[in-house]
Amino acid sequence: MAAIATTGALHSGAARFEANTATRDPQWVKGVVLALSLGFFATFLLLPLVAVFVEAFRRGWAVYIAALVEPDAVSAIRLTLLTAAIAVPLNLVFGIAAAWAITKFDFRGKQLLITFIDLPFSVSPVIAGLIYMLVFGAQGWLGPWLSEHDIKVIFAVPGIVLATIFVTFPFVARELIPLMQTQGRDEEEAALVLGASGWQMFRKVTLPNIKWAVLYGVILCNARAMGEFGAVSVVSGHIRGQTNTMPLHVEILYNEYQFAAAFAVASLLALLALVTLVIKAYVEWKAPALHNQIEAP
Amino acid sequence: MAVASTRKVLPGFGLSLGFTLAYLSLVVLVPLSAVFLKTASLTLDAFWQAVAAPRVVASYKLTFGASLLAAAINTVFGLMLAWSLVRYTFPGKRIVDALVDLPFALPTAVAGIALTALYAKNGWLGQYLEPLGIKVAFTPLGVLVALVFIGLPFVVRTVQPVLEDLDTEIEEAAASLGAGRWQTVMRVVLPTLVPALLTGFALAFARAVGEYGSVIFIAGNLPMVSEITPLIIITKLEQYDYAGATAVASVMLVASFVLLLIINGLQSWTDRRAARAS
Repeated sequence: MAAIATTGALHSGAARFEANTATRDPQWVKGVVLALSLGFFATFLLLPLVAVFVEAFRRGWAVYIAALVEPDAVSAIRLTLLTAAIAVPLNLVFGIAAAWAITKFDFRGKQLLITFIDLPFSVSPVIAGLIYMLVFGAQGWLGPWLSEHDIKVIFAVPGIVLATIFVTFPFVARELIPLMQTQGRDEEEAALVLGASGWQMFRKVTLPNIKWAVLYGVILCNARAMGEFGAVSVVSGHIRGQTNTMPLHVEILYNEYQFAAAFAVASLLALLALVTLVIKAYVEWKAPALHNQIEAP
Repeated sequence: MAVASTRKVLPGFGLSLGFTLAYLSLVVLVPLSAVFLKTASLTLDAFWQAVAAPRVVASYKLTFGASLLAAAINTVFGLMLAWSLVRYTFPGKRIVDALVDLPFALPTAVAGIALTALYAKNGWLGQYLEPLGIKVAFTPLGVLVALVFIGLPFVVRTVQPVLEDLDTEIEEAAASLGAGRWQTVMRVVLPTLVPALLTGFALAFARAVGEYGSVIFIAGNLPMVSEITPLIIITKLEQYDYAGATAVASVMLVASFVLLLIINGLQSWTDRRAARAS
């Protein structure tokens, strides 16, 4: 679990280094380092982002809108929203429960439990899809039973939701665990001593303490849930209008050389990414103490 | 630390831990164990044929080689970017700082088609690179470009906080003892950043090894040339070769777990360093 950046001090902080002769780099060094790092930033991060929007509008507004209101696109958008609407709340409840158990109580094997919770981040998305094939697929453990009862998981919506839950599994928990660890248990214990019920304690003491971290975890979880490609691609079966999420729809359009349409749908996802980053920056500004945790791969 | 007398004062231990364990087992542990159980059902011979076929071995070389190189590039430029963000004032810094996380937020498929559009023969960058004889799209170089894109934030976000917390007194002491700026940075500042740099490198590498979405569009996916290991798994699945796909997946999983252990070790080293410094 990683690094902690408090961005609050960041923007005011640099002047402090530049005013101090002992920590100031020569002007030409600053110029060279800035040119290299910002050039790299512009080439590898900014340019792809700009390219998405330029390509999306290359054929004009009419083509852009047409690509978004076309029935297959609409059903892909709907499925993406549905998937996130199931996966994110489930992982939110899990994240709060896991953080509560881990940070408010002592028990053996806690460190192992934390490692297990992080596990989905170190598994390739393709493998995340594969494991559900092995459990629910036609040749999988439950495959024969499922087909006997006419339940479809793989190449259907349940499989897509499951794969999405897997890849977004740790997001909320890993935001909450370090924060609630530093907050300790005193406030909750005081609330109980003063006669609060368990639910009152949670709602009036715990929740206000963790609300920014919860929001932070939820927006990152949501961005990944809506954007997941590899895991969903394995279990979806790519049935147009039925099991295509937005990222899969982008792939299909792209492979059919409908570039403007592919980038139009992609631009919606890029917009989602930008909104996510704006909310993230806002949360970091509102709660500078909140640890900016890196997601492990 | 909790004292023994305060144990189980708060409510909800059984419920929260029970739910956590049940959900974790159902969603993560049991399905993941399927990989190893399925692999164990193969004979050693069949396993070896699946994981050591020339086309699969070529994909390991590409996946791990390009991931290493991308992580190394990100370590160099990530350090410079973190340094710029912490140490220098420049216009637009807030925006740069926020956009560093773009690869975390942008869906990989979107990144994939955008990079392909940029580096294709007639793309914004491709049209200048191609005449120079540099082919990026649909070659192993394209794989590298995609992996650099997705790995950058890991190095920046691990180095940045360590750099911020670095006490300026150390540099002041070095300067007052007569060290030049270059000497101070190389011999005093950089050594304290080593654990964070290694952690960022390992995180970027681990992410790159499993990456799929951003790579497959730009890679061209030529067998033996530009085919990554996750794609091999998908191809085998599409041919209904579940056992073969699972065998290759088990190799990747073991590699990921080893990396996870290394990363955990590196991170506790970083934390110990930070604790000692403060």
